[in-house]
Amino acid sequence: MAKLRQIAFYGKGGIGKSTTSQNTLAALSEMGQKILIVGCDPKADSTRLILHAKAQDTILSLAAAAGSVEDLELEDVMKVGYRDIRCVESGGPEPGVGCAGRGVITSINFLEENGAYEDIDYVSYDVLGDVVCGGFAMPIRENKAQEIYIVMSGEMMAMYAANNISKGILKYANSGGVRLGGLVCNERQTDKELELAESLAKKLGTTLIYFVPRDNIVQHAELRRMTVLEYAPDSQQAQHYRNLATKVHGNSGNGIIPTPITMDELEDLLMEHGVMAQVDESQVGKSAAELSA
Amino acid sequence: MSVANNESVAEIKARNKELIKEVLAVYPEKTAKRRAKHLNVHDAGKSDCGVKSNIKSIPGVMTIRGCAYAGSKGVVWGPIKDMIHISHGPVGCGQYSWAARRNYYIGTTGIDTFVTMQFTSDFQEKDIVFGGDKKLAKIMDEIQELFPLNNGITVQSECPIGLIGDDIEAVSKSKSKEFGGKTIVPVRCEGFRGVSQSLGHHIANDAVRDYVFDKMDPNRPAPFESSPYDVAIIGDYNIGGDAWSSRILLEEMGLRVIAQWSGDGSLAELENTPLAKLNVLHCYRSMNYISRHMEEKFGVPWCEYNFFGPSKIAESLRKIASFFDDKIKEGAERVIAKYQPLMEAVIAKYRPRLEGKTVMLYVGGLRPRHVIGAYEDLGMEVVGTGYEFAHNDDYQRTAQHYVKDGTLIYDDVTGYEFEKFVEKVQPDLVGSGIKEKYVFQKMGVPFRQMHSWDYSGPYHGYDGFAIFARDMDMAINAPVWKMAKAPWKDDSNSKLLAAE
Repeated sequence: MAKLRQIAFYGKGGIGKSTTSQNTLAALSEMGQKILIVGCDPKADSTRLILHAKAQDTILSLAAAAGSVEDLELEDVMKVGYRDIRCVESGGPEPGVGCAGRGVITSINFLEENGAYEDIDYVSYDVLGDVVCGGFAMPIRENKAQEIYIVMSGEMMAMYAANNISKGILKYANSGGVRLGGLVCNERQTDKELELAESLAKKLGTTLIYFVPRDNIVQHAELRRMTVLEYAPDSQQAQHYRNLATKVHGNSGNGIIPTPITMDELEDLLMEHGVMAQVDESQVGKSAAELSA
Repeated sequence: MSVANNESVAEIKARNKELIKEVLAVYPEKTAKRRAKHLNVHDAGKSDCGVKSNIKSIPGVMTIRGCAYAGSKGVVWGPIKDMIHISHGPVGCGQYSWAARRNYYIGTTGIDTFVTMQFTSDFQEKDIVFGGDKKLAKIMDEIQELFPLNNGITVQSECPIGLIGDDIEAVSKSKSKEFGGKTIVPVRCEGFRGVSQSLGHHIANDAVRDYVFDKMDPNRPAPFESSPYDVAIIGDYNIGGDAWSSRILLEEMGLRVIAQWSGDGSLAELENTPLAKLNVLHCYRSMNYISRHMEEKFGVPWCEYNFFGPSKIAESLRKIASFFDDKIKEGAERVIAKYQPLMEAVIAKYRPRLEGKTVMLYVGGLRPRHVIGAYEDLGMEVVGTGYEFAHNDDYQRTAQHYVKDGTLIYDDVTGYEFEKFVEKVQPDLVGSGIKEKYVFQKMGVPFRQMHSWDYSGPYHGYDGFAIFARDMDMAINAPVWKMAKAPWKDDSNSKLLAAE
């Protein structure tokens, strides 16, 4: 059996991490890989397309009901979905209370201690939005995910988040051996998106491993709580995800330690590609009215 | 044992300065530079002790300080006897502060008073992840049911409460409403806040202002008939009964004590304090904030006093009396005269046994200066002193009213520095806390705990001085110190060992 691959998808909130990851993992599963998805988002929607339902029994909700996480068994929390993909959701508190980050740490420790990673080829972590605290960095810390794929687009804030996540990877790269696997651009149809994504990848010292074109079929599948691979296996979009899966599968050991850039460099990048008008220091902090005067 | 007796002040100063240099030499450069600012030799006439204070401790130095929770739960709020203080968070903070600091009180524990009991929300992992507000509400319900005679509740926040952002204010507010306007005080004294317990005192003082004073109906009927002689004792925690042996002196001189903070204190006393004509303040460091507030908002003046040793007691009684009419001034003189023979007898008995003995102190925020007079009344000399959590105003008071020229001053002393100082200065007595006690006793140096009075007390007031004198004599002149002999210095024994 090949060595267990531990990968994680990070990216700005709403960028399509869960959709991209579930479609890619479904494609990997077609290739005969045995897969475990660990949802690390309190919303618990990282496995919805594989299970055809939002997971109800999250690790943390069951642990709270049972008293503590030590009272749980692995089979209580593990669900099996499309093509026998195994799914667990960490879950967490409702927005605005408690500490979801601590929940992620608790959940991942529970899974490791209870042998959830035995007899599988891939573990994939799906983590919420940005690396907001130490808890959400758990999957990139020691002995957890080794390859990080950042889902992004040509939007300023998505690129900003990608750069921030790279900082997080850099922080733990030396202690735990986590590497940046590459960027995945989920097309938003912004100006010069492909060029920008490739430039950012280059700046970060990595590559854009795939550019996923926008297609409404993703929406159609999603409304039916399915991956495109299951809903429309013969569609062009399904083929794109298969291509992405092949890239990921062939990317083993090619991860790098990223070289994050400063906010100024990021703005320069946008200006270089003509997305943002050239702005010099004298214009900073001036309103439109002030500038035209 | 002391090496200080025959030296001139200039020699002492030179020796102490050399000692500071020697201690700093072992530190890494950056640490030495930072610690140098906290160590000094006092120069008479200076307005402060020449040390920086209230600054973050350096990791790894074994500071003796506590945390903000200790300042609020352990010092200011904990002794309020008819309220229940919830240690909110994981169990350890409540467990290790259980039973408090020997803050004596009158009442039936578990029925109408609760000081020595521990109430904790005992946080588990799920409370961290999902938040502890519901649990807190449930605890308050249980408290209401199980302890119906409690007069109020406080929530003493431990570190995780601030980290996970629990809304203890909202829970307190809704439960207060549900329980018919009961006083419920959320205190944001998470341990990681500030550099020592000192910020916890401040936060706790602010909570008294916001949740006791500001919640009172300004038009409420007078709770008692006022007299021109009403005073409140602020900042006496009644350790070993200190507040009681102080209170009787104020009463004997004709004043009426309407409240005691917070040793043997109650919520009603907190509420009544703004009606006092004068607040008399013992621990300036922990209660000056609320005293200043009462002066500004209610026009109640305040004055600091010191009830350690007959000299300072007489000075303080006269100072307090100066705020009142001749009747009280005469009362003060009468009290001083009444206790004079008792004090003379105590001094006659103990001074010959203690004359010339030297002391090094390291306590919290008040006693490093306040007890100096009591030692001097016994003919003893304080040769080194320092505070865990004093601010510059404390060092000003120390310099201007207490320490002698050449005294060694150490702020937020480290474990290493304190041991080294004692080893070199060789005082006849060290006065500090439980963590320090056995280190020095094993070095063969007599020791008294000056936080808890070593389970003795009271030390305040005239009655307290008699006990203080006895305890210091007991520590220093105990025959045990003469019996302690290093085995390698015992000649007969070594021969025997060699023969075998």
